[in-house]
Amino acid sequence: MSAMDIISCRFTGTFGGFGLDAAFETPAQGVTALFGPSGCGKTSVLRCIAGLQKVHDGYCRIGASLWQDGANFLPTWKRPVGYVFQEASLFPHLSVKQNLLYGAPRGGERAVHFDEVTELLGVTRLIDRMPRHLSGGERQRVAIGRALLSEPRLLLMDEPLAALDRETKDEILPFLDRLHDRLSMPIIYVSHDISEVERFADRIVLMRQGRVIANGALADVMSNPDLPLARAREASVVMEAEVTGYDAAYGLARLRVAGGEILAPSAPLEPQQRRRIRIGAGDVSLALEHAHQTTILNILSARIASATQLPTGDMLAVLHLGESGEGAALLARVTRRSWETLQLRVGLAVFAQVKGVSMALK
Amino acid sequence: MSAELWQPIRLTIELAGLTTLILLIIGTPVAWKLSRHDAWWKHALMAVVAMPLVLPPTVLGFYLLLLLGPSGPGGALASLWGARTMAFSFTGLLIGSVIFSLPFVVQPIHNAFRAMGDRPMEVAATLRASPVRAFWTVAVPLARPGFLTAAMLGFAHTVGEFGVVLMIGGNIPGQTKVLSIAIYDFVETSRWREANILAAGMVAFAFGVILAMNMLEHRMARDNA
Repeated sequence: MSAMDIISCRFTGTFGGFGLDAAFETPAQGVTALFGPSGCGKTSVLRCIAGLQKVHDGYCRIGASLWQDGANFLPTWKRPVGYVFQEASLFPHLSVKQNLLYGAPRGGERAVHFDEVTELLGVTRLIDRMPRHLSGGERQRVAIGRALLSEPRLLLMDEPLAALDRETKDEILPFLDRLHDRLSMPIIYVSHDISEVERFADRIVLMRQGRVIANGALADVMSNPDLPLARAREASVVMEAEVTGYDAAYGLARLRVAGGEILAPSAPLEPQQRRRIRIGAGDVSLALEHAHQTTILNILSARIASATQLPTGDMLAVLHLGESGEGAALLARVTRRSWETLQLRVGLAVFAQVKGVSMALK
Repeated sequence: MSAELWQPIRLTIELAGLTTLILLIIGTPVAWKLSRHDAWWKHALMAVVAMPLVLPPTVLGFYLLLLLGPSGPGGALASLWGARTMAFSFTGLLIGSVIFSLPFVVQPIHNAFRAMGDRPMEVAATLRASPVRAFWTVAVPLARPGFLTAAMLGFAHTVGEFGVVLMIGGNIPGQTKVLSIAIYDFVETSRWREANILAAGMVAFAFGVILAMNMLEHRMARDNA
């Protein structure tokens, strides 16, 4: 990867007693999640990237264009960003159509087509309305469309779902999935909800108290036992999977992941479709022999790659799928008693019994 | 109706209209600057702008008289076109009215800009709008109710001013004899009928302005809900 394809940021400063000292690099493609608890500085980082907030000691380069360094600071309106705020923030005095076109380049060839965006976001029938006549979910979709139509080179999303209720979230999520699949522009997505991150992100930048504590591919960061994500009660891993078959009688999809094959309940799928699956650390148990008479559908060969004792006393094991341990990483949380009774240790070949697999809906 | 009645009415409308126009032009940038971010000097400036609310009109009139009179800067300026003083002229009255009505125009606009918050301007900037375009296409339309209130209050307040006019305007028919002075004058000379016509007209005008303002505010609040 050359410097041309990298987003590189470093922001150091204090605002209102809060210290920010965050630096990270991420490829200028796909979705990078900025993830951390509320108040860890994720939004500040995003605002700094957009130029809405200015730290004196900052550096921001998007591919070949420098947006900020010691001497230079490009004002927000000269940066080709799209920004989706937590609240839709539509202009109340403009119609949906006028809102959508506010930032669209005038004249000339448009790279992003109005009809395409309105269709993608399902707002075509709303374009003559005023924002006050829209539901919360519709507003947020219009806000996303407005950002896209300004033809940004980088899309920044600041918890676009956080202000919405569960039902509205479910209404918007499929549209975000489509964005992820259809858009080529890089997205930086701020969230404190791991389920959103699991669903969209390709990479994750983990933040705590104004600092970046980890940065890498989503699956790697989630399965790293030294990081808080894997140690959390609801820890899980995600894997990219390819559909190899579908059993309509039982509603089960057969999926190939690196180092194994998994059955998961699902709506009908076509072979070769790609899906992302999620497996919780608490849903994986370990056995030394392959159980035959069991209700557990997925029993996978794996090798123990590492083991960590958690403060709760439980053991957190990182497994690599496959007989020789060359496949995808899986987390298993087991009691220390079981660990010792079975004499489990790093390097041992085991069978991972997976009780629950969920699929990112698309 | 006689010219004696009409002249002060026309003069008052001219004065109030021009004052309002000038105040909207200079008050808008002042209100905008004051509404963005807090700095100590903004509080000081705000206090200066608001001073006419507190000061007796005679105090204001007194200083304006010194300022505009033959030995003040106004007099020096007036000598450029051969006049001796800017006091006791329509121009002087206009300057006085602008200063006196400043808070009535700046404050509603300022409040409207503040109520809007930073977000709309931030959104505009992320949509590649230059600060100037964002100001005209976002800030001004969103502050529309504030502008309307400002214009009405500025106009109405100028129409109602008496003390300052008395101090710096005098009583020159067609030049500085505005409505409030004319009423005073009619009363002084025991012409109650004329005084009554103008006074009743003012009462109706004041009622109309306040009613219109209330109704407009109500409608805009509903539209922006």
